[in-house]
Amino acid sequence: MAQTPKRSKHAVVIYTRYERFWHWSQAALIFFLAFTGFNLHGSIKLLHFGTAVKLHTFAAIALILLWIFTTFWNFTTGNWKQFLPFFQIRTTDGKWSSAFLVFFIRLFAVMRYYAYGILKGEDHPHKKTLRRKQNALQGLAYLTFMIVIGPALWATGIIYLLFDLWNGVPNAGLYLTIIAFLHTAAAFAMIAFAVIHVYMTTTGKTPTHYIKSMITGVEDVELSEVEKAYLETEYPERMG
Amino acid sequence: MPVHAFLMAALFSLAVLTVSPAPAADDIDGAHAGGIDEYKHTAEIKPLAITPSTSTADHSKFKELKGPFASGTEVTEACLSCHNKAGEQFLHSIHWKWEYKHPKTGQILGKKTLVNNFCTNARGNEGMCSQCHAAYNHKSYDFDYQNTGNIDCVVCHDRTGTYYRTPATKGSPACSTMFEGKDPIDWVRVAQNVGMPSRRNCGSCHFYGGGGDNVKHGDLSSVLAAPTKAVDVHMDKDGLNFSCQKCHVTRQHITAGSHYEMAAIDPVGTGKPGERRQASSCESCHGNQPHPIDGLMGIKLNGHTDKVACATCHIPEFAKGGVATKTDWDWRTAGKLKDGEGFYLKNYTQGNGVHRKTYKSIKGDFVYGENLKPLYAWFDGTMRYTTIDTKFDPAKKPISINSFKGSYEDSKSRIWPFKRMHTIQPYDKGNNTLVYMHLWGDDDAAFWGNYDMAKAIAYGMKEAGKPYSGEYGFIDTYSYWPITHMVAPKDEALKCGHCHSKNGRLAKLAGFYMPGRDGWWWLDLLGWLAIFGAIGVSIAHAIARYILCRRKVTEHCKEEEA
Repeated sequence: MAQTPKRSKHAVVIYTRYERFWHWSQAALIFFLAFTGFNLHGSIKLLHFGTAVKLHTFAAIALILLWIFTTFWNFTTGNWKQFLPFFQIRTTDGKWSSAFLVFFIRLFAVMRYYAYGILKGEDHPHKKTLRRKQNALQGLAYLTFMIVIGPALWATGIIYLLFDLWNGVPNAGLYLTIIAFLHTAAAFAMIAFAVIHVYMTTTGKTPTHYIKSMITGVEDVELSEVEKAYLETEYPERMG
Repeated sequence: MPVHAFLMAALFSLAVLTVSPAPAADDIDGAHAGGIDEYKHTAEIKPLAITPSTSTADHSKFKELKGPFASGTEVTEACLSCHNKAGEQFLHSIHWKWEYKHPKTGQILGKKTLVNNFCTNARGNEGMCSQCHAAYNHKSYDFDYQNTGNIDCVVCHDRTGTYYRTPATKGSPACSTMFEGKDPIDWVRVAQNVGMPSRRNCGSCHFYGGGGDNVKHGDLSSVLAAPTKAVDVHMDKDGLNFSCQKCHVTRQHITAGSHYEMAAIDPVGTGKPGERRQASSCESCHGNQPHPIDGLMGIKLNGHTDKVACATCHIPEFAKGGVATKTDWDWRTAGKLKDGEGFYLKNYTQGNGVHRKTYKSIKGDFVYGENLKPLYAWFDGTMRYTTIDTKFDPAKKPISINSFKGSYEDSKSRIWPFKRMHTIQPYDKGNNTLVYMHLWGDDDAAFWGNYDMAKAIAYGMKEAGKPYSGEYGFIDTYSYWPITHMVAPKDEALKCGHCHSKNGRLAKLAGFYMPGRDGWWWLDLLGWLAIFGAIGVSIAHAIARYILCRRKVTEHCKEEEA
């Protein structure tokens, strides 16, 4: 796609209703799973073990269902591209290596911004567009979430949950120990991720800007003339 | 010899296990209470309310049972004249043989030869101990185990509750008062009122194992003659009211259920449709997947049955219902006399108000416990015994009278609850073996009456033809009793967190990962460092933003939402 020189900022619904439902229900489930999970782990003792098992299991099943729907949604809407931070970088020579280079330059710019620029009042180096709702750092973080931490949790969690189906295999006790270890480690990583994620939501124009945006779906993005015309014609309700 | 140490331990245990009110003064000193009254209570089982017989025969109408009978053996003769296979059948029963060749270890076990850590041995004391052998005239070791004429049918089949047994021999004169004043047995009435055994029949011996009510097992007491549902759901007198044989299925006089070789796990379950397997496992009625699968919890609980015995969760406590069990026994203090006579002290008052003897000249000191939490261990079902012939290393005390194996990896093992009995008992210091004590007899060596342990051991070993160095000492022993009775109502079963917690009931069981109990301290440390690190970085970053904003270095913070 050729660069369009004429771009203007518009308030647009960039997070669709399903996307917001996904985000907030996932957030609630993850916090609930962390709470019940750390009860099971023995770190906190606010629930009876049996109650915690029940709640943790049902919440896990709910989250797995949500992810199945969301995976379907991501692929049918094309939204999956948002989670591949290198994918939409087009370079003049068309080489992947160049795309990676561009990505890492952008990543560094965002990291530099959060470490330093934000304190000096600089503008965010990433301008949100319809094609790239996430900046490079955010994209990389969400990718990590979606292909490392998330799967580590649900894969080990499902195996853990179905222990009674495979407890007859040789060395089942050892495998359970390994599964429990990985599940616990991934849970800590998930919570650490969530802490940073929550803090990052306060770095917008105002501390609550991003949160409001994730509730209403509306964000100021730079639209090309073509995009603007397309939205105004086809999706007037998305234009703020 | 650290007698004071034991006494302190005993006092401490008492203080922990129960708050026992001081018994009335006349209860404490039994010196003049009339000599030895051991096992008197075995003849104190109360008459039954006769339940309608389901039999197709009325025994009172049989001419064979018209009598008169002068003795039990004459009654037996009459029984066997019709039940012409019963005698032969019974000769193969452990109740008769008192001998058991272990199919896996090959050890010869059974009361005939074993040493336990209660009254220690029946061998050489048959005149007394055979009071609980379903036989007449069993006075010594050379009893004829092939003579069906000596079988005691009515001890198990009497339905009047008036039958009782007395020791086969007189014993020391000091013991002669034990069964004085009992009404003579009305043999005709007893013979005409036979039926299937009730809990009281079995209980007349099994409730009193170890020399008194609930002394040995902890989960088998006189409370089970007529228990409430809270004590035992199956034997509940107002509910299921099971007889012993409901679980201990008996066919041709062979009874299912043995603690020498148990099915620690019963993979067969209920068996074929309509079949009642001759197995005394919970699974033989309830199946291997006993919890209703109408919810996650039932599915999860069924997932435990491969590793956790039913009893582990469903018998959270034993020695329930007001009758205590012995937990510690010290033979070292046996033999103390007052005015040349044996005596006893009653310093424990159990839940039902009965004062229990805490010291007896004939046995030593005891500690009691009630409503006890079991000890839990992996158990493969096979008991290995320290017999009279087993040499042990005294440095490795406590010596396990019976021991067992088991582990998480072993598919034949499950976690089982046990009562552990601790005793300090005599052993052969020279040969490092257990010893037979000669307790009962009208000779001058029997400990009960003469109170000379050296003599009693020398006599006991010689009589049995066992090598004896001539020098005895005392050694700590443990014995382990699987807990299977006193099944609690289901809402009193253990909850998940009783085990799935850091200091839960299975805190000491190693070799497997258990959620809620186990983890990795360093993983937790790293995890919390990551989480609190993230929080710390966020707070530091937020403070920097805030300060720089106040100093008007940044522009962003002043912006209002558009």
